[in-house]
Amino acid sequence: MCQECGCGDTEIVSVEMHERILSGNDRAAAHNREHFERGGVLTLNVMGSPGAGKTALLEATAAALQGDFRMAAINGDLATDHDAQRLRRAGIEAVSVSTGSACHLDAAMVHHALDDLPPSGYDILAVENVGNLVCPAVYDLGQAANVVVLSITEGWDKPLKYPVMFMKTDLVLLTKIDLLPHLPGTKIEDFEAAVARVNPTPSVIRLSVHTGEGIAQWLEWIGGLMKPEPAGASS
Amino acid sequence: MHEYSIVGALISQVEDEARRRGARVVNRVHVRIGAVSGVEPVLLATAFGVFRERTLCEAAELVIEQVDERWTCPACGTVIDRNAGLLCDRCGTPPRLTAGDEIILNRIEMEVS
Ligand SMILES: Nc1nc2c(ncn2[C@@H]2O[C@H](COP(=O)(O)OP(=O)(O)OP(=O)(O)O)[C@@H](O)[C@H]2O)c(=O)[nH]1
Ligand SMILES: [Mg+2]
Ligand SMILES: [Zn+2]
Ligand SMILES: [Zn+2]
Ligand SMILES: [Zn+2]
Repeated sequence: MCQECGCGDTEIVSVEMHERILSGNDRAAAHNREHFERGGVLTLNVMGSPGAGKTALLEATAAALQGDFRMAAINGDLATDHDAQRLRRAGIEAVSVSTGSACHLDAAMVHHALDDLPPSGYDILAVENVGNLVCPAVYDLGQAANVVVLSITEGWDKPLKYPVMFMKTDLVLLTKIDLLPHLPGTKIEDFEAAVARVNPTPSVIRLSVHTGEGIAQWLEWIGGLMKPEPAGASS
Repeated sequence: MHEYSIVGALISQVEDEARRRGARVVNRVHVRIGAVSGVEPVLLATAFGVFRERTLCEAAELVIEQVDERWTCPACGTVIDRNAGLLCDRCGTPPRLTAGDEIILNRIEMEVS
């Protein structure tokens, strides 16, 4: 090959691609979505900071569902099985996906976790993503809806600092609302205004797992997403 | 930092295409990254520098085109300024994000012999 005169052994080719870099994940997510739709399962991608109260929310949800609907969970956990254990103690099927050093779940990890869950027997699948306000928002898992858990101890400005996650969410749960009396200067309206500045559409529910405030509204929101059952299902 | 896993996906996408066309080497990889895609261009460039070693992209340049975010009213088509309170000033409808979330492999320049 002649480097000196460029006499034409090699040719420079420019290839137009226009393809999403995460198209592999998108395909895996579409495949998961088929599983969920075929199984009649409503899948929620539950995101939020470390310690925001994602697992506590799911524990409270498991207790409050009272057999109306059955829930199962997949927990993305960096190193432990704690969250899945907590949920099994709360009475639901739960498996953990050890993400190693990955800071988010992707669609293939969720598909893999489905193997460890019973093939049927639940109507709602809650996927607790890794505690992180950035990366989980980038990966579609095949979920029907995104939920962000934002605790009021984190500060009202989080939607402005991490707009992508809040932009993509269908619901924001403002949790630990029972702590409000202990947080001088914290105003719930500031959180709601910050959410509205990055995303005008999501519902915002104020919630506490300790007082139970907001749980009924949260269940109602989930109920609104459930496909109507042909017969026998009361809510 | 998910930029590493994104670069992993990018390089295998580029290598698949380059191999399919019998390319010896990839010279340039053009990507489009939206301002609100959740991908940080600086981190992406760093990750690319690390991951390209011993791949067909070893000597490739990563060219990042940044795309501004744009919100458009789904009812009347008005383009809305992000700082304007996020409601269409003509009809009050909540706008939709119509640009700025892209994470796209746009073009590959390669040497085919
Ligand atoms: N006061 C109060 N504390 C809460 C509430 N929800 C969660 N917590 C507490 O917040 C801490 C973290 O809750 P978790 O449910 O483990 O949070 P998480 O988001 O699952 O955390 P990671 O999975 O580690 O990211 C625990 O000590 C909970 O008891 C709430 O509504 N009120
Ligand atoms: Mg947890
Ligand atoms: Zn499958
Ligand atoms: Zn990350
Ligand atoms: Zn309008």
